[in-house]
Amino acid sequence: MKLVHPLMKYVRPGAISTATCTGCGDGIIAQAVLRAIDELELNIDDFVFVSGIGCAGWIPSPFFNADTLHTTHGRPIAFATGVKLARPDREVVVISGDGDLAAIGGNHLIHAARRNIGMTVICANNGIYGMTGGQVAPTTPLGLKTTTTPYGNVERAFDLCALTDAAGASYVARWTTYHARGLTRSVKKALTKRGFSFIEVISQCPLQYGRRTGVGNAVAMMKGYKENSLSVKKAASLSEEELKNKIIVGELVDKDMPELTEQIEKLRRIHE
Amino acid sequence: MNKRLLSGIHLLQGDEACAEGAMAAGCDLFAGYPITPATEVSERLSWRLFDVGGIFVQGADELDSLTIVIGAACGGWKAMTATSGNGICLMQECIGYAAITETPCVIVDVQRAGPGTGVATKTMQGDVYQVRYGSNADYSIIALVPDSPQEMFDLTLEAFNLSEIYRVPTFILADEIVGHMREKVVIPEKVSVVERRKPKVPPKDFIPFKVNSDTDVPPMPAFGEGYRMPVSGLTHTETGSPSTSYEVQKALVERLCNKVEKKVDDLTRIETAFMEDAEVLVLSYGSTARAARRAVIRARKDGIKAGYLRLITLWPFPDPYLKRVVSEGPRAIIVPEMNVGKMVREVERAVGGKAEVISFPKPGVELHRPDEIYNLIRRVR
Repeated sequence: MKLVHPLMKYVRPGAISTATCTGCGDGIIAQAVLRAIDELELNIDDFVFVSGIGCAGWIPSPFFNADTLHTTHGRPIAFATGVKLARPDREVVVISGDGDLAAIGGNHLIHAARRNIGMTVICANNGIYGMTGGQVAPTTPLGLKTTTTPYGNVERAFDLCALTDAAGASYVARWTTYHARGLTRSVKKALTKRGFSFIEVISQCPLQYGRRTGVGNAVAMMKGYKENSLSVKKAASLSEEELKNKIIVGELVDKDMPELTEQIEKLRRIHE
Repeated sequence: MNKRLLSGIHLLQGDEACAEGAMAAGCDLFAGYPITPATEVSERLSWRLFDVGGIFVQGADELDSLTIVIGAACGGWKAMTATSGNGICLMQECIGYAAITETPCVIVDVQRAGPGTGVATKTMQGDVYQVRYGSNADYSIIALVPDSPQEMFDLTLEAFNLSEIYRVPTFILADEIVGHMREKVVIPEKVSVVERRKPKVPPKDFIPFKVNSDTDVPPMPAFGEGYRMPVSGLTHTETGSPSTSYEVQKALVERLCNKVEKKVDDLTRIETAFMEDAEVLVLSYGSTARAARRAVIRARKDGIKAGYLRLITLWPFPDPYLKRVVSEGPRAIIVPEMNVGKMVREVERAVGGKAEVISFPKPGVELHRPDEIYNLIRRVR
């Protein structure tokens, strides 16, 4: 009997090899997204997947057998904004990395959250520039030695969930690749939200982060995620000191606010 | 009544006429960022588009704006942005992206004096290379240069059509003078509008970037039409798969350039006067041509065999046309332009020594005066 992965039906025929290294967290994220679609029984032809440059940009493109838009570095959210405005009936999903979405593309991220445009943004946050060989990112922990911070990183890491929350996102969640089920649940939730949803996935880069910094291989990194993470509920009762170096996972924001394309239509009806 | 086409005679600013050209062409979405001297295009389209069910969006910057335009175009819409040279700087990465993904879009550059911030309210023609060569590596674009508000209307409409036919970023290379002047603009009762060529085969038989022998431009389905389009800025095969092979790179880059460059005769738009027996030609483009025209008319009145040639298509550069022109005998070609002398190099290359080419540069802020050009004609003849 030939065994076929249950999600293979969503993979573009002929797109077999991946850009990811052994142990990369991108595969878990890819599966969480496809599994969410599968479990919600949504039609992949209703989706447009938009991604940027870097390893995570290759999660949907060209592998998801759907409309895919593999864009310039940092701009997937802006491209996705154009797609959503032209085709508000589409389910627009952005999947990209932390360098792409939070460094070079940071402005697009906050403005999309501010506009509350109906899209789901999934940020694979490995805390490093993996594809280019392990340079410091705006998400790299303080003090970490990378190929461009040989004496340790002196800049604080971005809290992307707090950022998107402050900018006005309707839904914000954080998970790690260890929490594949929680992540899938959140993707399902995000896909059913009307406004802007942001999911941060702390994800292992076993080569450029794990090996270079001595944190260890993929298994060791995921064990670390397991041991260092706390649920939102549990974290609520802890002090700032106790939460130091912890990863708070779960839903951080879930509210209903007017979505941009719906607001445009509403305004149109008023002026008709 | 067609709310898109304001048929009739109007007194319009160039930027406003540009907006009306976009409306006539069927523009669905405009994204732009405020910048002098192009802001009026945004302002007009913010209500004109809204009134016909289209969308105006103010980007977080120029880069954001062109990116939104390309996304909307992938969604099947006609889309445009307008800016000045400083904004084009920010748009460069997406100009290359639109080129490699073959996404139709119209980019209006109302040029101002530079470099850098320069003089926001004064004119220049400094971006002629920037729009052609600004993004990384090799591709082709189309650039049309209006010399009046009427042409801001006519050429913007045409830019949309050409962008759809050739699937390339198409530029309106205006300048502050043309953008801000008010003149009579005639909007006809009927205009010719080109719609995007869609695949005729069902999704299972469709190869996204495959062309046949009679065209270098593949048909383009929109997202959501069931074609599962793999759009990517990576070098890609006919099927849209990323590739690092030399053969794939060569085929793609050559096609991206050839689909425009090989059609140079079809794309050449020229205005001429007094060419038959002309010994001294004044070759100009954009607002500079208005002074050139007056200078040539004055020279003719004085019995000087001067000719007037205005390039409306700047890119692809009309080499074949110019080669034919110089074979007919003008001794000298004067090229006034509001930059340090850029297009004059293209002219020199195209005429290949068959006529003397004289550059008359003025680096922005101040237009060429007709008498300056007239005096040069007298000296040269």
